[in-house]
Amino acid sequence: MRLPRKLLSVIAAVLVLPLLCTTLWGCHGSREINDFEIPGGFDESRRFEIVFWAKNDTNINQRRIYEQAIADFQEIYPNISVKLKSYTDYGAIYNDVITNISTGTTPNICITYPDHIATYITGENVVLPLDAIMDDPAYGLGGSAIKFDAPSKDEIQKKFLDEGIVAGRQYALPYMRSTEALYINKTYVEAMGYTVPEIATWDFIWEVSEKAMEKSPDDPDLFKVNGQNIMIPFIYKSTDNMMITMLKQKDAGYSTDKGEILIFNDTTRELLEEIAVHGGSRAFSTFKISSYPGNFFNAGRCIFAVDSTAGATWIGSHAPLSDIHESEIVEFETVVRPVPQFDPEHPQMISQGPSVCIFNQNDSQEVLASWIFAQFLLTNSVQIPYSGTEGYVPVTRTAAESAEYRDYLSRRGEDNKTYYSVKIDASKLLLDNIDNSFITPVFNGSTSLRDAAGDLIENVVKSERRKETVDDAYFVKLRENVTKLYRLDQLEVSEDGGRALGKLPAASVWLLSGLAAVWVGIGAYYACSLVKKKKEAAGQAR
Amino acid sequence: MKKILVSLIALVMVIGLAACTVNGDPGTTEEPGNATQAPAENTEAPAENTEAPAENTEAPAEDINAKSEGVMTYAEYDAAAIDAEVTIEAYVQAHQSWWDDKITVYAADGDGAYFMYDMKCAEADADKLTPGTKIRVHGYKAEWSGEIEIVDGTFEILEGNYIAPAVDVTDLLGTDELIKKQNQFVSFKGLTVVAKKLKDDDTEYAFMYKWDNSGEQGDDVYFDVKLGENTYTFLVESYLCGKDTDVYKAVEGLKVGDVVDLEGFLYWYNGVNPHITSVIVK
Repeated sequence: MRLPRKLLSVIAAVLVLPLLCTTLWGCHGSREINDFEIPGGFDESRRFEIVFWAKNDTNINQRRIYEQAIADFQEIYPNISVKLKSYTDYGAIYNDVITNISTGTTPNICITYPDHIATYITGENVVLPLDAIMDDPAYGLGGSAIKFDAPSKDEIQKKFLDEGIVAGRQYALPYMRSTEALYINKTYVEAMGYTVPEIATWDFIWEVSEKAMEKSPDDPDLFKVNGQNIMIPFIYKSTDNMMITMLKQKDAGYSTDKGEILIFNDTTRELLEEIAVHGGSRAFSTFKISSYPGNFFNAGRCIFAVDSTAGATWIGSHAPLSDIHESEIVEFETVVRPVPQFDPEHPQMISQGPSVCIFNQNDSQEVLASWIFAQFLLTNSVQIPYSGTEGYVPVTRTAAESAEYRDYLSRRGEDNKTYYSVKIDASKLLLDNIDNSFITPVFNGSTSLRDAAGDLIENVVKSERRKETVDDAYFVKLRENVTKLYRLDQLEVSEDGGRALGKLPAASVWLLSGLAAVWVGIGAYYACSLVKKKKEAAGQAR
Repeated sequence: MKKILVSLIALVMVIGLAACTVNGDPGTTEEPGNATQAPAENTEAPAENTEAPAENTEAPAEDINAKSEGVMTYAEYDAAAIDAEVTIEAYVQAHQSWWDDKITVYAADGDGAYFMYDMKCAEADADKLTPGTKIRVHGYKAEWSGEIEIVDGTFEILEGNYIAPAVDVTDLLGTDELIKKQNQFVSFKGLTVVAKKLKDDDTEYAFMYKWDNSGEQGDDVYFDVKLGENTYTFLVESYLCGKDTDVYKAVEGLKVGDVVDLEGFLYWYNGVNPHITSVIVK
């Protein structure tokens, strides 16, 4: 049987047009990149321009240090030009990287979180695995061919270095480390008859916070402790960290290394119920609900502020940075403590801070240039000044143990700029607790889980403030909503600790299906032709 | 038929290969040292709303303060407690860029103004929120660093149109009365641009990208203006008026000592911090 020619044409068009579209679609955004092989030597006769997406904490000094680092580096390697693009939040870098992966326009180097890398590496060969190049005798960490005093692998704090291992491979170098700190208005705590402990428990924080809600006997519009009409005793900046830290301290489920979601458990519910009580009484609030803890803290409107040690220059009566008018700043004593604990004998606090990853390119010389610059970020000339911009700590032992850095720490309180006491106390907090710091499992989707963890707290606090009923039904609904919003039910658990690539994209499915259909068509046509030829031959034979 | 089929398949393969080659091997098509590519902006990053409210020259044909049943008047909204559930009706004056199914809207009725932060909004609906559009918003009243706003809001579009005229609040600068105009479209006349400085830096800046000059073109632009003895920090919010807008460019062209007339929305961040939409150097 022969199909009419027009009908065949239509079928061919129906078959081929989607194939055409999907072929183009499937290829759009793809970027075939070869595995990186370490070149025999770095070609200094060529010029390279590498792009570095950096993050600063809205702190001009950090940008200046990046610019100085680039200038210093280019004096040593004049054939490598580094172009800086500055961001002030990790989320924006993440969004831009995701967008640029598909168009092949990623930067060469960027500041990142390991959580984000877990998403980046779902693309083949997008991020450079560093395991081999780190150990290269010539160009590895502190290698013989590096033209500056780069730290060796052993000179990087192992705990921090290990935080860059994603799916079993080293994808990131640590750049700076910070943790969260509990900043306490000691003056007000003592005015209420309490003593500031070395390590505060959650019970202590809740008790003092509720006490601070007491109104003045002379004026019911004013709070007794500060004589003002505004008081939010306890503000936690990052509620995702808050939930993660509380669960860790309770040894309760959050996720497995493979990406199984464990956050919806009885402990989480108990924690949320406790938090809700203090949210409802307004003794507790969050950055998203009220604003930056430092703004309230410095105005004497907050007693316990949990924020990053990398935000220490914003905290305290004499903070070098402030968002509020100086007339609103109140004089009091600030002390820095670990975040509240359930078991003060075994304190646990989150390890955070920027890491560096390198994006792969087909030009191995360009990748090598990027890697050399990445190493420069670990030299003392960058590590020491950058860590001094906030309550960061250097990630190399060479910097942390240097006379220059020791001198910096010892000069605590000499002024309210370089040696600002709260900032240096914040750095010391992490230096003294490196072994008590932890990170969460990294997998494709761990960023979503982190967001969901924070959202649980934000939701219960808002609901209590709005006088909604927070009961069994509420928690069931909350779980459903958060699961749906962050697609937690769509995260795939992988056996290799995070490299689940998920289902094939629709375009790829169409493309493969289309190709299969074409081959079937070719086969069928060939078979028909053979049959037809045989029949014709048979007819001629008759 | 054979020719057609073969031709089509060949065409598919050629185009497919060509497309893959163009996208797939940038390293071989570029000159050395030319690897820097301007980063593609996040494609989900929204287009800016560059339409600044214009003076309404015609008398409104409708009662702009009329409310449907169950909807608060501005006075009732103003009196509502923080965290109270609120439903208001107002007219869109401008909006910031749509992002991730959320949009931030400046709205007004005849009595006052509203700021809807991160209101739930499908991307297709964002285009419908043109200046003047009447909307009903349900959400919760909130306060963030002194800014009174509606959060967790949803909206529906109603019949009606109104553009609020700019209210001259020059004389209210530095007074306790100014906050009563919060979120309204306002004007300031005859302010003088003064230098911004950073600590430990004697450089005088007529404007800064981000509050401490740590940003770059495309970020919010801050500038200081003086009236009498008081200095105020104003800004061009980049999600409202991006780098290609007239106002953004005008601020980039400011010089210390310029006398300016300004218009914008009376936003609050630990004090008055207007989002400027128009700058005229006198």
